[in-house]
Amino acid sequence: MIVIKNDLCDFCGTCVSVCPVDVIELYEARLVIDHEKCTECLKCVKVCPVRALEIQG
Amino acid sequence: MKDYYDIIIVGAGPAGSTAARIAAQHGAKVLLLEKDREIGVPVRCGEAVGEKGLKRVLEPRPEWIANRIEAVRLIAPDGTVVKVHHEDIGFILDRKRFDYDLAMMAAQQGVKVVTKAYVYGLLKENDSIAGVKVLHLGKHFQIKAKIVIGADGVESRVGRWAGLKTNLGLKDIETCVQMTVSNIKLERSYCDFYFSAKLAPGGYLWVFPKNEHLANIGLGISGEFAAQKSPLEYLTEFIEQKFPEAAILTTVAGGVPCAQFMEKVVANGLMLIGDAAHQANPMTGGGIIQSIIASDEIAGRVAAEAIQKNDVSESALAAYAKEWDKVNGNSHRRSYRLKEAVYKLTDDDLNRTAATISKKAPDKQTIINIFKTALIQHPKLVPDIIKVFLGSD
Repeated sequence: MIVIKNDLCDFCGTCVSVCPVDVIELYEARLVIDHEKCTECLKCVKVCPVRALEIQG
Repeated sequence: MKDYYDIIIVGAGPAGSTAARIAAQHGAKVLLLEKDREIGVPVRCGEAVGEKGLKRVLEPRPEWIANRIEAVRLIAPDGTVVKVHHEDIGFILDRKRFDYDLAMMAAQQGVKVVTKAYVYGLLKENDSIAGVKVLHLGKHFQIKAKIVIGADGVESRVGRWAGLKTNLGLKDIETCVQMTVSNIKLERSYCDFYFSAKLAPGGYLWVFPKNEHLANIGLGISGEFAAQKSPLEYLTEFIEQKFPEAAILTTVAGGVPCAQFMEKVVANGLMLIGDAAHQANPMTGGGIIQSIIASDEIAGRVAAEAIQKNDVSESALAAYAKEWDKVNGNSHRRSYRLKEAVYKLTDDDLNRTAATISKKAPDKQTIINIFKTALIQHPKLVPDIIKVFLGSD
């Protein structure tokens, strides 16, 4: 499961831009991942400018 | 907000605000939606533009200009500095003020501007996009429109919801961090670009002064290389080393599309502009001017004309895609070819290039000669280099 570290996230949307299955919602200061539809391809984790995403479990 | 507008634009950056203003000038009723609480904030940008480019699209206002740039310096991995002889000078913008004014200029033409409006889906009718679903101050709205324009940035989902492929591969996104840095000492008339795999692999690091003691400093690295070390880590290291006394006033992350020319930017009742349409220059990452040209000279007008003729089909809106290809397609494709070659250069290649160029007479230290020298192994790219940097498109 991809975990969002809210204290690091800058809500910039770089993760959203690479998500191949469009499962990330970006509000003004909130990021939400639909874990059921996420394929865990890890593109979002790799591209995050501030390492706010992490795979766990 | 009413329940119908001719055109709804999602995103109030330079592209969205410009398209809104132009469409309204041509008689359309326009709603401009911004998800954040404040237009122009945060500034996810290096804030540099060329003077010629800016003057092509707008009469610059003094309050938009933080600083005038007289020259560009390229710094090689070994520290060799090449001062580039270049005629077009540049500006460091105050992007917050700039974006504010573009939205206000739209409002003055009758555009309804709404902030804190999060678009979470599209309405569809008979195979055409027919409006948006919005969350605004805790309430859900469905607002109809003949045309929806996605100006929702690099993370564009509006296009995807309409069936356009806007998601980027890792090699086609630059992942960036930018800081506003004070308590430093700079020559204010120089923009510095650092090229080195150690500082910014598959990208570059910039130091853009706002005055002698304040700069926009940032870097972008290719999405392919960010997993080992993040842009934030790269930039923090650079600033600690280069400016140990620095006070960092803002830190902002962001992504820039550095992708192939996007051919399909319209669907029935839908258009994409700006970063959402991957219009940033893939070589430099600069996108302000292209976004405004696409929105002002083309998309805003095409959208308003489609409303007047009551034909918002994909084939009617394709006039925008065709005109944009004519204006910028070849230049964009060349820049992409150059990017692919430049980002394969090793630090040794870059050092050799800087050494060769710095021995030439100052007036021969041009950007074209730099690229020609750097890409000497790629003679096929020389025409691309000349055309891209002479702006002959």
